[in-house]
Parts: sequence; structure tokens; C-alpha cells
Amino acid sequence: MAAPLLYESQTRAPLVQGPKDYHQITEDIVRPIEAAPSKLWWIGFLISVACLLFGIWSVTEQVIYGVGQWNLNRTIGWGWDITNFVWWVGIGHAGTLISAILLLFRQGWRTGVNRAAEAMTIFAVMCAGQFPIWHMGRVWLCFFIMPYPNSRGPLWPNFNSPLLWDVFAISTYFTVSLLFWYTGLIPDLATVRDRAKLKWRKLMYGVMAFGWTGSTKHWQRHEALSLVLAGLSTPLVLSVHTIVSFDFATSVIPGWHTTIFPPYFVAGAVFSGFAMVNTLLVVSRKVLKLEEYITIEHIDVMNKIIVLTGSIVGVAYLTELFISWYGMNKFEGWAFAQNRVNIFSPYGWAYYIMMGCNVLSPQIFWFRKMRRNLTVTFFMSVLVNVGMWFERFVIIVTSIYRDYLPSSWATYYAPSIWEVGFFVGTFGLFFTCYFLFSKFAPVIAIAEIKHILKKSGKIYKEKDKINHIEKESIDEFAHEYAHAH
Amino acid sequence: MAVKKFVVGIFTDEDVLFPAIKKVRSAGYKIHDVYTPMPIHGMDHALGLRETSLHTAGFIYGITGTTTALSGIGWVFNSDWPVNIGGKSHFDLPAWIPITFELTVLFSAVGMVLTFCWLCQLAPFVRKHHFNLRSTDDQLTMVIECTEKSNEEEIKAFLAGVGAVGINTQVAETEWWMGRYDKDKTPFEHQGTALA
Repeated sequence: MAAPLLYESQTRAPLVQGPKDYHQITEDIVRPIEAAPSKLWWIGFLISVACLLFGIWSVTEQVIYGVGQWNLNRTIGWGWDITNFVWWVGIGHAGTLISAILLLFRQGWRTGVNRAAEAMTIFAVMCAGQFPIWHMGRVWLCFFIMPYPNSRGPLWPNFNSPLLWDVFAISTYFTVSLLFWYTGLIPDLATVRDRAKLKWRKLMYGVMAFGWTGSTKHWQRHEALSLVLAGLSTPLVLSVHTIVSFDFATSVIPGWHTTIFPPYFVAGAVFSGFAMVNTLLVVSRKVLKLEEYITIEHIDVMNKIIVLTGSIVGVAYLTELFISWYGMNKFEGWAFAQNRVNIFSPYGWAYYIMMGCNVLSPQIFWFRKMRRNLTVTFFMSVLVNVGMWFERFVIIVTSIYRDYLPSSWATYYAPSIWEVGFFVGTFGLFFTCYFLFSKFAPVIAIAEIKHILKKSGKIYKEKDKINHIEKESIDEFAHEYAHAH
Repeated sequence: MAVKKFVVGIFTDEDVLFPAIKKVRSAGYKIHDVYTPMPIHGMDHALGLRETSLHTAGFIYGITGTTTALSGIGWVFNSDWPVNIGGKSHFDLPAWIPITFELTVLFSAVGMVLTFCWLCQLAPFVRKHHFNLRSTDDQLTMVIECTEKSNEEEIKAFLAGVGAVGINTQVAETEWWMGRYDKDKTPFEHQGTALA
């Protein structure tokens, strides 16, 4: 069987705090499911549902009266909708990064946060999918995008189009993430089922746990499945945002037509995704009383990834700026120098919000004290996602609002109430799903925490030190490491 | 469908369980299964289980996806509905890579999960006999099958000797059946009755 953590670092702080045993872990993580939802949960849930309903209203309005309800115009054919699409897809990426890539890298700390992050991925991709679908206008014909034998020829979609690649990428990504998440959830649902006292809970979790028993052979297959799914998801997650970036990069619009887009989009996606994970977990750990499982150590590590990916994104911004000048293409140069960097241009302000939020503000996480400060973390996580939203807005709108001919320069684009409502509605969808998830499913992977407990649990780590199983002290280890020849 | 008699030993620590498995196996008892709340590294080897072939299945499904994508797109663009797009080649392999890759991953993942559920008999409304409800919580449950030759009391004494904290005998259905977990009704008369 594959062990998620073969070597336990002496210098890393314990991943599970407090005197925990297996039973206590079950108790702690299942408690929010078995207890009645708190007042705070109800308030959050109802606000989310209200947002969702407003979104449904906005979309209905758009379906009845057409895409003209949005303030898109001749030059700006893509506005808030595609911005929101890319933003939500990007947010989803952190879940897969945590659950798949960090599993392959044997990072034990992922066990505390992977379940919630994977759930977030699924909900974010659900939100993202709404935008292209409803933008089609005649949404009842949306199945036209799928290749199937039809009575129109048969007429096939264009397999060479990045927009069709997107259809395949997003639907595959959603399916694989859902399978990965649910197979991980099955043993934990069985734990809830076997503790259940109420009839409906026995029925519901009995159905959802698929009759899991915890047999050794099943665990062996489960581990193999997780590992291969992680191996598949790792290139998948990179491919998804690469393909999303192809929507722009394969066009010949100045500002979009750049080869740097795939890595730049993937780094940005991980960046915003980790910020969203932080937003959710800083609140969840407090509300669900899971501070001993999602420790400051976890938050610290995630903030390190935020400063890393934020800086990668910063390098990408500067590189494309430099290349737009160095490439000596007049249109490309104009798109950057006049439509973005020039603060007095109609959307110049958006460029500086993007720079400020994504490149400058995360640098605060070079300081350990800041990384471990929950208020700073929460504030920063929101700021990063504001910045990442503006990044997509800048890329999309500032590249197209001034066409090649000044006569086709668009009038100032601002979203209509229905565009805003649609975006608010996806927030509603996302948080409604998240609230339901946090009430009905274990927010932390119970089996995985139990698996690392005896290596990374606080009391076990300390006991190990007393028993001298790891013979070196931290100082000796660091000293030797420093002098390794 | 087979109803059999089992001796169930309950453990609380894997450090006790591992040597116990070794002793039980070398004493010649037949371990039906060990149920644990989490995957335990090396348990499959300790029980002498062979490595799973799920990886191989995943590879085959993946190849199927690759073939489906390439042959499907190739057929559409070259024979079913060849469109002249600015005189470009009909066999435009680089542009097919994204969809081919996605379908490879999709087929592999979906196929593997379905195979996993098939092999482990996992599905909604599937019910199985649970020897110990706490084996999804904090206890490790070793189940030894009784044959005509085995002496039940002897197995019990042996399990007590190797560190089991709880021991009982159960007559149980080894296969799955359709049922709900909120109903205690079982399809067979002897189902799950603890005899001792």
C-alpha cells in the first residue's frame, strides 16, 4: 500500500494537535454533522440561498430577453461572463493541486485540508460552467456543443477549436474531480453511517457509503485508485487551465496572442485557488472547531504557496510587458502601453488593482508572523481573489475594447445589473453547496488523518522523541545537514 | 451466497495487530479479513494478499480513451465530413492533442472507479455484514473463518493470547445483498447473530 508519508520530518510541527486517539478524531470531525446546525450556519446558508435566487432571476431575465440584457457590445463581445468563468475555473485548481500533486509529493499536511479543497474545486467548476452555457443565448440547444450523430448532416463541432477543447477539458475535469472526491469520501461516510443513531441518517449514509466495510483488500485497491487518480489529475489540472488560456492565446488579438499564457494562467489559478481555500478554512476551522486539525502550520504552508505563486504571476506580468516592447509589434505595444499601463486610459485603474493585489500585497507573506496571523491571512485571501478577478478582466476587456480601427473603439463597458446578478448568483451557488457540504459530509478526511496520526500526531511525535526512535535532536540534524558533503 | 461461522478478534493497536496476524497465520488459522478504519501500511503484505491489478486496468482504459479520441476525430475530419479550413491538412494531429489527452484521462478515471466499485462490490443500497461497527471508527477487527476441523474455543483462546481485547463468534453471510442500513431485517435467518 502507498503510504502518504513515509518519512516524518523532525523539524516540522505536528499536523494533529492535542492528545488525540482514533476515536477522538472521529468524534471531533463527525461532531458538526451530528449536531444541529448553529445559528451562524443558518445565517450564512440563507444569505447564500438568497444570492443564488437573485442569480436565477438574473439568468431567467437573460434567457427570456436574450444576451442583449448584458452590456456587451460590438467590440466587447466577452466581458464579465468569460472573466467570471476563468476566475472560477482558476479557483478550482487549488483543490486538485492539494489533493493530487501534494499526494504525489508525499506532503502529509494535505490531509487536513484536502477534503474541503476538493469540494471547493467541484463547486467552483460548477459555477464556472454556468457562464459559457448561459452565454449561448439559446441555452436549450446547449447540447449542440457535444459531438454526437445528429440529423444536421451529421454536423460535427470543430475539434480544432480551443472552445471545444474547453468543453472537453472542463467536463473531464469536473468528472474526474468528482470521482476522486467521492471515492475518498466513501470510507468517511461509512464512519458516519456506523455511528448513526437516527433512522434517516442510517438510511442516507448507508446509501451514500456504498456498503463500505474497511476490508484490507478494499483499502489496498482504494490506495491504488487514489494514487493513480492523483497521477491522472496532476497533468489534467495543468491541461485545464492551459486549455482555458488557449481560448485567448490562439487568437490574433493583441494582448491575447502570447505564448506565455499557459504557465502564467496555471500559476495564477493555483494562486487564487489557495487564496479561496484560505478564505474557507480560516472560517471553517473556527466555526466547526477544527483548529487542532487545520492548524496554524497548515495556514502557514498555504501562505508560502501564495507568496510563491503570486511572485510567479508577477514575473509573468513583467515578462509580457517587456516582450510587448521588445517584440516591436505596434498593436501589441499599444495594447500594453496605452490600454493597460497608462493609468489615465479608461481601464488603467484595473491594471493597477491587479498589480497591487496580486504582486505587491502577497509579498507580506515573506514574514513568518504575517503568515501565521489569521486576520492578515483572511484579509489577504480576499484581496488576492479580487486581484485575480481583475487580472482576467484586464486581459479580456483591455485587449478588445479598442479594436484595430479607432472607429470601432467601444464605448465604456460597464456590466448591467443582470451580469452582476449572475456573478452574485454563482457566489450563492458556491456557498450554498459549501454550507450543505460542511453540514452533511466530514470536512476533513477522517481516514487520512488517522493514517498520519501515529507519525505526525503531537503526542506520538513527542513520545517518539522520548523513545529515541529518531536518535538525533533537531540541532544535530540541522548541523549535520548543513555540513553534508 | 454462503453463510459461515467466524471468530472475531478486536484489536486497538496496529503494533499489536501485526505480530498477531503473523502468529495466527503461522498457527494455520484462516484469516477471512481484517477490517480497519484507515489504510494501514503493509497490512496487505502481512495478510499475504497479492498486489492489485487496478493500475493495469487503468492503463487499458486510458489507451481506449486515446484510441477513441484519435479515431473519432480522424474519422470525422478525413472521411465523414472533411471541411476545407483554409487549405489546412485534414490530418491535423497537434490540434487533436488536447481532446485526446482529456479523453484518455476521462476514460481511465471513470473506468478505474467503476472497476474499483465492481471489485469491492460498492454501490448504493448494497448491504454487507459488519463484524464490528467500530471498525470504521477506532478498532481493528480480525475475522477468522471456522472450518469443520477448527475448534472454536481454541481459536478464541489463541486470539486472547495474541492480544485481542474483544473476542466473539458470529455466523454471517459473506456476500453482499440489496438492503438498507436503517432496517435490521436480514435476508437469512442466522444473519449476524452473535452466538457468544
